[in-house]
Amino acid sequence: MRAAFIQTLVELAAQDERILLLTADLGYLAIEPFADRFPDRFFNVGVAEENMLGVATGLADSGFIPFVYSIVPFAVLRPFEFIRNGPIMHRLPVRIVGVGGGFEYGHNGLTHYGVEDVGVMRTQPGIRVVAPADHEQTRTALRRTWNVAGPVYYRIGKDDRTVVTGLGGRFELDEVQTVRPGRDVVIAAMGSIAPEAVAAAEQLRKQGVDAEVIVVASIHPAPERSLLSVLRRFPVCVTVEAHYLSGGLGSLVAEVIAEASVPCRLARCAVRELPIGVTGSQRFMHERSGLDRAAIVRRTLEALKTGGNA
Amino acid sequence: MNPNELTVQSLRRIILDQSFRARVGHIGSALCVADLVHALYHQVLRISAPADQDRDRFILAKGHAALALYGVFYQKGWITGEQLNSYCADNSLLGVHPDRGLPGVDFATGSLGQGLSIGAGAALSARLQKSARRVYVLMSDAECNEGACWEAAMFAAHQRLSNLTAIVDVNGQQALGYTRDVMDLQPMADRWRAFGWSVAEIDGHDVAQIVAAVKPGSDRAPRVVLARTTFGKGVSYMQNQIKWHYWPMSDDEYKQAVREIGGQS
Repeated sequence: MRAAFIQTLVELAAQDERILLLTADLGYLAIEPFADRFPDRFFNVGVAEENMLGVATGLADSGFIPFVYSIVPFAVLRPFEFIRNGPIMHRLPVRIVGVGGGFEYGHNGLTHYGVEDVGVMRTQPGIRVVAPADHEQTRTALRRTWNVAGPVYYRIGKDDRTVVTGLGGRFELDEVQTVRPGRDVVIAAMGSIAPEAVAAAEQLRKQGVDAEVIVVASIHPAPERSLLSVLRRFPVCVTVEAHYLSGGLGSLVAEVIAEASVPCRLARCAVRELPIGVTGSQRFMHERSGLDRAAIVRRTLEALKTGGNA
Repeated sequence: MNPNELTVQSLRRIILDQSFRARVGHIGSALCVADLVHALYHQVLRISAPADQDRDRFILAKGHAALALYGVFYQKGWITGEQLNSYCADNSLLGVHPDRGLPGVDFATGSLGQGLSIGAGAALSARLQKSARRVYVLMSDAECNEGACWEAAMFAAHQRLSNLTAIVDVNGQQALGYTRDVMDLQPMADRWRAFGWSVAEIDGHDVAQIVAAVKPGSDRAPRVVLARTTFGKGVSYMQNQIKWHYWPMSDDEYKQAVREIGGQS
C-alpha cells in the first residue's frame, strides 16, 4: 500500500504544485520516488514528529497541501495535540500518512503497532480517517481525497501485493464497499486484515453459512447511511480489525446500530489484550489476537448460534 | 490618558480595563509583553490588512497574553470597541487565548511549545513562494521548557530560515514560580546560539531596542531576540509577583493600577 500511495502521490504532485511531502526520517525504500522526482518539495524534518505537524500547519495555511509521513504511532500519537491544535483547529488540508496500521511491524513490538490510532482520531470532529484495505483501494482513496477540505488521516499498510477479492480498487467517501454478497451474516473489515475476512467467508460457505463481506475504508466521519443500508439486512454483524476493541470499527458499528435501533447483533474481532511480553510476525499476532480466518469463522458461528435478536 | 490613543500607555489601560471588567487573570503576562506587541504591530509588521495573503505573520506562542493582542487589534481598527468589550463574555470570539476566527489572529495558540513550529512552517512557505514576508513568534521563557520548541529551533536553523524571528519574553517567572527555581533556562543565549540561531539580547521595554533587534540580520540564520522584561510592567504590586499570573484585580487594586500606568481611574 505504501508504494501505491507514494506512486499515486507522485502522479498527483506532477499535476499540482501545492503537494509537499514531509517525513520524520522514515520511509526507507518507500518515499524515494517522490524525493527523487521533487527534491525541492520533499523535506526530511528529522526524528521530530511534533515539529513536523507544526511545520505542516504553517505550510498548509499558506496554501500548500503537505503530506506528513511516519509509522502510525509516531504519526498519530506522538504529535496528537499538534494535529488537534493545528490542522484540525485551523481546518487546514494537512494529510497525515500513518504506515503500519495494526501489527504490520510485527517483530518490532508494541511501540510500532498502530492499534488505537483510529479510535484516537475518531474522537475529533473535523478530520477524515481513511483506512484502505489493499493497494488498489489505496490508489483510488488517495485520488478521491487528496484535495478535500480540512485534514485527512490515511492509515495504510506495507503490503503492495495482496488484493481483497471482489474489491476491485473501489473507494468512495462516506460509502462502504461490498466485496462479497451474502444472506446470513455480514462481516465488516477495516484495513489490511480484510483478506482474512474474505477467507473466513469462504470457509463459512463450506459450512453452509452465506456471509456477506464489506470493507469500511471511509471510516470517519462514520459512513452511516451506507452502513445502515447493509446492517438492516442482517441479524448479525461481525467486525474485523487489527485495532483495540475500543474506538475502532467495532465501536463505530455499535454506535450506528444503537442510535438507529437496528435489530442486528454485533460480535467484534479486535485486539483485546495489551500485546506485550510476546513478539512475532504479523500473522502470528493476528492469530494470537483472534483476527485470523479460523477465529473469524468461530466468532461468526458463535454469534449466529446465540442468535440475532431479529 | 485617553484609552483611545494609539500609545502603549493606552494599550496598558485597555489591558487593565478589560481584565477588571471580565474579572480574569493573566494581567501580568499581558502587561509584560505590551511594549513588545505594541512596537511590533505599530512599527515592524507589514500588514496592509489582516486578510492580505502576503502580510507578515505574527504568532503569539504565549497565547495567555492575548489581551495585549486584542488591545492592539483595537488600536489598528481591526476590531470594534464593542468586540473588545466582549472579552471573556459568553458567545464571544475574544477568549483568554486567541481564536483563529478573530480577524488579525494568524494562528490560534494557548498550548505552549507549538507556536515556533508553526512559525517555521509559515517561514518555509514564504521562502517556497518567493515572498518577502516575514514571520515573528513571541514566546515565553518558560515555554522553552517544552521540547518541541527545540525541535523547531533545530529545524529552522537547518533550513536557514532567516525570515523567521523568535522573540522570547524573558520575564523569569512562570505559573508556579521563578524560572530559575522551576527549570533553570540559563545560559539561554548560549543555548540558542548552540542551536544555530543569531541571538540578540535587549531590554524588552525599550522600543528603539525592540525595533532594531527584530530586523533581519545579514547572516542566513533565524534570529532570536531575548527580551528582558518585567512581569506586570507598570503596576508596582504586580511586578515580578507570581500571584499575578492568574489573579484578578479588586476594585482598589484596579484603581491603583490605572493611577500607576498614568491614567485616571
